[in-house]
Amino acid sequence: MKYSYYPGCTLKNKAQDLDQYARASAEVLGFELEEISEWQCCGGVYPLGSDEIATKLSSVRALNDAKEKGQDLVTLCSACHHVIKRVNDDMKNVEDIRTRANNYMALDEPYNGETTVLHFLEVLRDRVGFDEVKKKVVNPLTGKKIGAYYGCLLLRPGKLLAFDNPENPKIMEDFIRAIGAEPVIYPYRNECCGGYISLKEEDMSKEMCRKIEESASGFGADMLITACPLCMYNLNKNNGGNLPVYYFTELLAEALGVKEEVKAQ
Amino acid sequence: MQRIGVFVCHCGTNIAATVDVKKVVEMALHEPGVVHAEDYAYMCSEAGQELIHKAIKEKHLTGLVVCSCSPRMHETTFRNAAEKAGLNPYMVEIANIREHCSWIHKNIDEATEKAVILMRAAVAKVNLDAPLQPGESRVTKRALVIGGGIAGIQTALDIAEAGYPVDIVEKTPSIGGRMSQLDKTFPTLDCSSCILTPKMGEVNAHPLINIYTYSEVESVSGFVGDFTVEIRKKARSVDMNKCTGCGLCQEKCPSKKTPSEFNRGLSTRSAIYTPFAQAVPNVPVIDRDACIKFKTGKCGICSKVCQAGAIDYEQKDEIVTEKYGAIVVATGFDMIKLDRYDEYAYSQSKDVITSLELERIMNAAGPTGGHLERLSDGKAPKEIVFIQCVGSRCADDRGKSYCSKICCMYTAKHAMLIRDKYPDTNVTVFYIDVRTPGKNFDEFYRRAVEDYGVNYIKGQVGKVIPQPDGKLLVQGADLIDNKQILKEADMVVLAAAIEPNPDVRKIATMLTASIDTNNFLTEAHAKLRPVESPTAGIFLSGVCQGPKDIPETVSQAGAAAVKAIGLLAKDKLLTNPCTAHSDELLCNGCSQCANVCPYGAISYEDKEVNDHGIRETRRIAVVNDALCQGCGACTVTCPSGAMDLQGFSNRQILAEVDAICR
Repeated sequence: MKYSYYPGCTLKNKAQDLDQYARASAEVLGFELEEISEWQCCGGVYPLGSDEIATKLSSVRALNDAKEKGQDLVTLCSACHHVIKRVNDDMKNVEDIRTRANNYMALDEPYNGETTVLHFLEVLRDRVGFDEVKKKVVNPLTGKKIGAYYGCLLLRPGKLLAFDNPENPKIMEDFIRAIGAEPVIYPYRNECCGGYISLKEEDMSKEMCRKIEESASGFGADMLITACPLCMYNLNKNNGGNLPVYYFTELLAEALGVKEEVKAQ
Repeated sequence: MQRIGVFVCHCGTNIAATVDVKKVVEMALHEPGVVHAEDYAYMCSEAGQELIHKAIKEKHLTGLVVCSCSPRMHETTFRNAAEKAGLNPYMVEIANIREHCSWIHKNIDEATEKAVILMRAAVAKVNLDAPLQPGESRVTKRALVIGGGIAGIQTALDIAEAGYPVDIVEKTPSIGGRMSQLDKTFPTLDCSSCILTPKMGEVNAHPLINIYTYSEVESVSGFVGDFTVEIRKKARSVDMNKCTGCGLCQEKCPSKKTPSEFNRGLSTRSAIYTPFAQAVPNVPVIDRDACIKFKTGKCGICSKVCQAGAIDYEQKDEIVTEKYGAIVVATGFDMIKLDRYDEYAYSQSKDVITSLELERIMNAAGPTGGHLERLSDGKAPKEIVFIQCVGSRCADDRGKSYCSKICCMYTAKHAMLIRDKYPDTNVTVFYIDVRTPGKNFDEFYRRAVEDYGVNYIKGQVGKVIPQPDGKLLVQGADLIDNKQILKEADMVVLAAAIEPNPDVRKIATMLTASIDTNNFLTEAHAKLRPVESPTAGIFLSGVCQGPKDIPETVSQAGAAAVKAIGLLAKDKLLTNPCTAHSDELLCNGCSQCANVCPYGAISYEDKEVNDHGIRETRRIAVVNDALCQGCGACTVTCPSGAMDLQGFSNRQILAEVDAICR
């Protein structure tokens, strides 16, 4: 199975781990991530201005590229996923944006939101199946108590992203079970880390991260996993090293026995 | 040729502000058959009806068109007015130029044009109207009440006191309903059981009341005055006549792990059980899904210990068929499921409970013997937070759009009772608005605040955060102080929205009674006929019609009873003469009409007909006038055009269409 793949800027420098472990794991799990040629930055933030289209166009290009190849579009970074899924919804359901974006792009055939956007975790859950993932695990992470950190961008707005129940999600917990570890459910797993506010109001972000980490360790987590480079940045910066944070793909690669391979590259 | 009078109503400004009524009058005079037309401010008033009376007499009118509100509002009014002036009431047609025209349009020219068209269609129909005579049908002097909560109990008592026999059908093993689960009642704080159980006993002992518990309505046929109802008496596995209610079987039953419905799952019950100690009837049922005997064939302990020999494992469901003149729906409510409100951690923490669960915890016969304690560790809570409007007044489709109406008062009650009994426990209530319209209600709420020191915070809670140490952190907003609040609590109580009993959809379908988007049964008129369903002979009692508290439920139950009594007091009812009939010469006996008839009113007869001199015997559809409700399904189904509806004939409908398209 081949998917169009949109890595996003961060995965090309700061978050190379997230990307490389995912590709290696995908190979083991029997699917391929085919990187879209000439993709551009998603903008990092979904623009809320109702008349704003310029910052949505890069998403539309990526979506249309996948459509032309007849493939689903897979993302990894929470922020990219959030932006592209929401832009796709705009193209499908908001006539004004659809018309203006198509007029601007002047594609051979107008893009009307045909592409299915999947997060890598959704591919594991809905296409591969966590049961299948479990079967491919050669190095189960038995005994590890892992807190899933969802953050906000993967889950919200709940109806639109349709990723999981935003108040009581379980996809990452199921993932943790699939790789042989024990999920730790803690109430702050779907709270915000502060996002970009850490650049402007460091103390606020610090406080938000502190709550997340205290809650997770309070309930017995040894480590956190995330899908978001920005969450990773904030949690690492603000946590005094108490609670290690990993990209979920790193643990997946480890469980599938390909982590060392990637590291050696 | 008819002599038709057209009467155009202004309805104050309801119609006249949007429709040029003078123009409608002027145009009416050009219509064939119209010999008189006039307008008036309120045609339904005494003076308006007098105008109609006078015109009928003076102009020798044979038919009327009244351009006014919906026929559901005043068709009867104008028919009666016509009858008083000596006209057959079925020679009156209503052109609905209010709901169908003035209320939904803004542009006067367009609305006027539409009003003229609606008038024309009605005139075209009256031109083909023929006088009709209603028949008569008998009234079975017995009422059915569906649901045995306080609403059903009160309705049954009131009907029976008027001298008519009543059957109550209750789904669960005992009557009593939600009220039996409550501890105290607002605003007087009297014990719920103490005021309910005497009524339960009264119903049980009343010679004219028959109770079917553990039973469900299986099917309903017939019509107002003459319903035939099948009631499924589910196999109780206990002989009602032999059981003495000693309770030994429940004590000895080894299967004791089933969550108690009565205690909202906070305790367990045995497989053979009565829901609560004061159950009426005091006869247990065997829950066959939980019973070891039914699951494995081994056990039979209850049968062995029963001195009366009442246990009957072979008992089967029984169908009872009974006739009723009136049916009262009193199916009540439940609390919504909280699976869409995970931010309040109801499923994550045992110490987040619903108000109804708190009711059971506070009750001396409840799972904790009436001691207020945390369900996680049994400790007494020192900080309790109440969250109001959980799922009520909800702007999106997660919850209910309506106000559940009872929560403000019962929350004030809970807060007050806790402060009274446990003065060292702090109570905080988060609210959107406090709504206390009701006799002595606001005084009650103010007592909670002023005398009992309950801390009310205007604002909603965003999240309840279970802490590793077992405490709960409540994150909310204080809208008056404009600040975020993070409050530690030992227990959180959710005032979950109430919704109609989920079975009501099934029952409404059987009764052809309409329900709204929230599954509440619709009343015939929101203001003037609040306890009647639009379906004749069906009455509404209690929360099945909309959220209400006990006093209001009891009032409505009485009102529904009076309406039912009014019906039962009649010996005969006039039937609707607008029934279908088949043309013998056109009918080919294909059975399609009988297949679509929802009332089973069509049968077939072999009849000798004279078709243009040829005599032969044919199979022909025959309509039973007493059963036919005039829905018209057969007339549109009939492939040969043999079925026709009196008062709504195919010719008349097409004449209306022609007039509209003219």
